[in-house]
Amino acid sequence: MDFVGILLSSLSFLLDPTTIAYALATLGLALHFGFGGLLNMGMAGFMALGAYGYAIGILYFGLPWYLAAFVGIGAAIVFALILGIPTLRLRGDYLAIVTIAAAEIVRLLLLSSAFGWFTGSADGLSGFNGPGGTVTNPHEGAGGFDQSNPIPDGTYGFVPFLDNERTWYLRIVGLSILAIAIFVVWRLVNSPWGRVIKGIREDEDAVRSLGKNVFAYKMQVLVIGGVIGALGGLMLAFSTNVNSSVYVTSLTFFLWTALLLGGAATVFGPLAGSIIFWVLQAFLGLLFPALAKAGLMPFTTIQASQVKFVIVGFALVLLVVFRPQGLFGSKKELTFVK
Amino acid sequence: MSSNPTSSSPVKSTGLHTGAIKPGVAKKDPILIADHVKRQFGGLVAVDVEHVEIPRNAITALIGPNGAGKTTFFNLLTGFDTPNEGTWSFNGKSLAKVSAFKVARMGLIRTFQLTKALGLLTVMDNMKLGSTSQPGERLGASLFPFVWKKKDREIDDKAMDLLKRFKLDAKKDDFAASLSGGQRKLLEMARALMTDPELVMLDEPMAGVNPALTESLLEHILGLKKAGMTVLFVEHDMHMVRHIADWVIVMAEGRVVAEGDPHEVMKNPAVIDAYLGSHQDTDLGAVTGRITLPKLPKEK
Repeated sequence: MDFVGILLSSLSFLLDPTTIAYALATLGLALHFGFGGLLNMGMAGFMALGAYGYAIGILYFGLPWYLAAFVGIGAAIVFALILGIPTLRLRGDYLAIVTIAAAEIVRLLLLSSAFGWFTGSADGLSGFNGPGGTVTNPHEGAGGFDQSNPIPDGTYGFVPFLDNERTWYLRIVGLSILAIAIFVVWRLVNSPWGRVIKGIREDEDAVRSLGKNVFAYKMQVLVIGGVIGALGGLMLAFSTNVNSSVYVTSLTFFLWTALLLGGAATVFGPLAGSIIFWVLQAFLGLLFPALAKAGLMPFTTIQASQVKFVIVGFALVLLVVFRPQGLFGSKKELTFVK
Repeated sequence: MSSNPTSSSPVKSTGLHTGAIKPGVAKKDPILIADHVKRQFGGLVAVDVEHVEIPRNAITALIGPNGAGKTTFFNLLTGFDTPNEGTWSFNGKSLAKVSAFKVARMGLIRTFQLTKALGLLTVMDNMKLGSTSQPGERLGASLFPFVWKKKDREIDDKAMDLLKRFKLDAKKDDFAASLSGGQRKLLEMARALMTDPELVMLDEPMAGVNPALTESLLEHILGLKKAGMTVLFVEHDMHMVRHIADWVIVMAEGRVVAEGDPHEVMKNPAVIDAYLGSHQDTDLGAVTGRITLPKLPKEK
């Protein structure tokens, strides 16, 4: 068993574009739930719209990649408005039900063969990051995300971050987006605006009685968090093909796990939680099959690769029971019975 | 309390009404007028107020038995609930179909029967939320601290003054959730004052508050009137109503059944029947027959 190899490939997830993408989505969730009190159970839907909006913008509207990114963001804004207008006036738990259903509707529409010509159905969409080589692209050769990479070809870095120019470009773009998003969220939640949304989280009627337009604030929170989630989806689309099988409900639950791990009402918690969660996922996902192969576990390697989800579920239960404020949250926040 | 010889007796406002005293009597200077306000929940008529006027710069008590519709009436007036029919206006401006937050911005602030302190915000943040003029509460401006920092310091000073008045200044950095029930009532009232209201509507401000704190709350309410505000409050403590209210409105089964000066209203047989009971000044033990009271000295 190559333990060092497993460790190194797990550590590569520290700076993996996927980890950055999930960190963005978790940050959006932190704004929704940790600060605004909105129980959004459909973050995967926001990510899917970000990713598909981007891919479709390139493939069908022939937009340059940076403009196509705004199609993804715009789709998430429209989705947030459609979700928010009927549900934000209701009690919080209704939003949870509606968002989980809406995210599934989005995924199933993307999967449906009825729109296969547009969404690629079960195959998803691909080839949009390249020079524009698909038949439907009228702007063939306009140059996609990959062509905007200023880094010369080659391999850079050191183990475990020994990667080619494309991965490094993804990392730089991803970390820049993440840094800006974290700064914006930090700025927002530490402003009077943030005070109002935290007040709404605690008791929206009290905030309403002080003359604040609670509905407008909740809508702003839903839209901004949704856009950050869509940026996560964009990040995934930058790095690979888009496929509806990625944006399943369990992705939303992984994001929630990462959020609760880091601390829901914190700005850096989502980042730390995402990194820990996905590095650990990768580590266990490699370790257990290797152990099974070495005969140290009573499973086949395929069974063993699923054991990590059991561990994740168990860890989530322990986390919520014994450290509900997360690793970065303040213990004080949970001292009081509501 | 009223029996305390050291506390100065509050100056009562008199001559608030015009014409003969009856339910719905016109006031000389009403701040709030409600007409035919009716709210039904299915078959239950919770509120059916034909006409009522709240006098300006006075303390008005709204009393009545449990289930009389006092809190529902509060909710209707402040936009937290919508009546099935009726019109009501504040300072001459109609409040029909005006949402709760806009009503609050017009200067009509309420508190809640079940205190709504924002638990996981500090006491200071609770207070600062009351301010209505912070530009940093707009999304765009919130990103640029230089737009709102100066105003925030002003709000801070104002909040600190109020917290000192309500003796909560030592708690300013604690979570509101760590306050006791009575302190939360104080915080809620102080927070309401941060909005510079014209009319303060207090829903049972004294419920669950110990006598010493009640006394200081009374002083605060009287202070509001001195500062030019109008107070409308729901309360069950009749000593307190008698002590500070300039005017009393009695509701029963959704209707206004009596109005008037507190001492006069409490002699009204309809009010005694519907609400006070005929033994209001007798010890409860004597009413139920469980204890025999020694004869009071003055009766000897």
